[in-house]
Amino acid sequence: MTNPSMPIGAPLPDPAAGGGLDQPAVTESAAEVHVATKLEETAGPGDTEVLRVEDLTVSFPTDDGLVRAVRGVSYAVHEREVLGIVGESGSGKSVSSMAVMGLLPKSARIAGKILYRGDDLLKKSPKQQRALRGRKIAMIFQDPMTALNPVYSIGDQLAEAVLSHEIMPRKKALARAEEMLALVGIPQPKRRLDNYPHEFSGGMRQRAMIAMAVINNPDVIIADEPTTALDVTVQAQILETLVQVKDEVNAAIVLITHDLGVVAGMAHRVLVMYAGKPVEVAETDRVFYHPRMPYTAGLLGSIPSLEGSGSGSRLRPIVGTPPSLINLPKGCPFSPRCPLATDICHESEPPLAATDELGHVAACHHWDKLAEVDDPTVYFRTESEAV
Amino acid sequence: MGRYVVQRLGQMVPVVIGTTFLIYALVWSLPGDPFAAKCGDRPCPQNYIDRMTAEYNLDDPLPLAYLQYMGNLLTGDFGQTFSGASIADELLQRYPTTLQLTVLAILVEVVIGVAAGVLAGTRRGGFLDNLVLVSTLVVVSIPVFVLGLLAQITFGVRLGWFPVTSDGTLFSLVLPAIVLGSLSLAFVARLVRANLVENLRTDYVRTAIAKGLTRQRVIGVHTLRNSLIPVVTFVGADFGGLLGGAVVVEGIFNIPGVGNMIFRGINAHEGATVTAAVTVLVLVFLIVNLLVDLLYAVIDPRIRHA
Repeated sequence: MTNPSMPIGAPLPDPAAGGGLDQPAVTESAAEVHVATKLEETAGPGDTEVLRVEDLTVSFPTDDGLVRAVRGVSYAVHEREVLGIVGESGSGKSVSSMAVMGLLPKSARIAGKILYRGDDLLKKSPKQQRALRGRKIAMIFQDPMTALNPVYSIGDQLAEAVLSHEIMPRKKALARAEEMLALVGIPQPKRRLDNYPHEFSGGMRQRAMIAMAVINNPDVIIADEPTTALDVTVQAQILETLVQVKDEVNAAIVLITHDLGVVAGMAHRVLVMYAGKPVEVAETDRVFYHPRMPYTAGLLGSIPSLEGSGSGSRLRPIVGTPPSLINLPKGCPFSPRCPLATDICHESEPPLAATDELGHVAACHHWDKLAEVDDPTVYFRTESEAV
Repeated sequence: MGRYVVQRLGQMVPVVIGTTFLIYALVWSLPGDPFAAKCGDRPCPQNYIDRMTAEYNLDDPLPLAYLQYMGNLLTGDFGQTFSGASIADELLQRYPTTLQLTVLAILVEVVIGVAAGVLAGTRRGGFLDNLVLVSTLVVVSIPVFVLGLLAQITFGVRLGWFPVTSDGTLFSLVLPAIVLGSLSLAFVARLVRANLVENLRTDYVRTAIAKGLTRQRVIGVHTLRNSLIPVVTFVGADFGGLLGGAVVVEGIFNIPGVGNMIFRGINAHEGATVTAAVTVLVLVFLIVNLLVDLLYAVIDPRIRHA
């Protein structure tokens, strides 16, 4: 597959940075192999805060009891900033972003604040919410194969996104759609407008979804696992496209993923979620090299490494499974799986608190133990490896 | 597209031959002598029987008689009824009425059925949803002839809203059309409701909501069109059912349509009449289904014919 023509000048990747798109570096750690987007070469975050989520909780009443999917999430993103939200399935990362988009079913009980440029979305009328949805806050979904309506052409679906917020001639909306398709690197965009989704490949559909998300110049793009359903070869291209259009429209990105490799190349900051709560928030490098929450360290330890030498040769999964969101255990929800857990961990749930570096918060009673060692993943080694 | 139509038209030939032969064979092999009671109390004179036997080729083996009959049909000669009237004239006179009745029934079925389905599907679990579910279940469980007689007594005789029997006007066909279309209406309502509920859960509807579209547009544009695809298929296949159902409904409301003609034809062992009427029914049904399949491609671009 050829590298799509990018409208924005994309400098050649620095070989020292772990290889570019066309030649994934196989010697670096998995995180860098996965994506080698040159985030540092794109425009950095601005000072304007566009989205702030404060103490967001979401729960769903079910026959088995109240499912507490999100138990107090707070974060803020600034323009051009990429915030990575990482967690396993069921950690509440998708639900919290659906709450921001107003896409949760009516049965969901939502509390807290979702502030878009200072205005609380949860206090707005449905009509006011709808006016922001897709115009100021846009979303890219996980599966591009099903996210587009099969019976309408790509051009119709893109133009519709414009026409639902702005009154303009259809021709003008289609011209804008064509412009967007070109921006996301779809060749022959004019001809492609008349295509139906089934005539697009998975990667092209996701590009079309990105085009649809940025067509109204949004301030925030929520990307929910945007590359999970795609071929590995296409993933990096899509992420690169995402970063480039972000700069084009000065939008912030909330990147939701279970894949640490994706956030490594993409995000300025990372928020790690576990059992509906953020357990660690820090700049991306800090999270990768100095995690202060054992869960994060466990995730890092479970990334396949291609180095193939010594202790790194074996996958180290985190033993056990995430807790039920209906009956959360007392204390820290990670304590049943945590190698560092002591009595206090089973008794009280630690709040997010400052650690040894400014701006790096973690929810752990024993974060200092992780600070004592060079490689925090050491705690997750099996006994046989430790010998 | 053109190639597809030609192909489909070619497929019709064996279907028409097969169905008409079956009907021809069945009608002429009905037990009983077709000329038994044609001459009042007395047995018919031998020369009358001979003439009729020759006229309808009854002495020839069945396939040969069928071929002769079809040959006549192809040259436009539909033959005569036993009483000597031209079958072609009678068909021309009766078909418009039956087609009017059937098209009215389809209108009732689609318009009310889709509306009820949308109302129910978008208010899942609500009062309207339950009302539609229960009422359609009631309609489905009542046979058409019972429903027809009930409607006739209630709305025709008691309330006087509609003519009791057909008086030749289009308005007098409305009540029969509602009766005829009611069963399919119930199916369409349930089909639309189920598909709507399912489609409202799809990813592309979520995308549509995330785009900031109004609820009307999400349902009307992004859900309904997809939900109508199975409805179109159903209505096409159901067209044949409606033509068959017309036999009963035309009987109840005394409508001078093809159904009536076929019914009397079967009773009187008039093979030529029944076969001619049914042959036209088969042709109409096949053409309608071809149109439906072409319409299907208009709604769903994924199956557009090259």
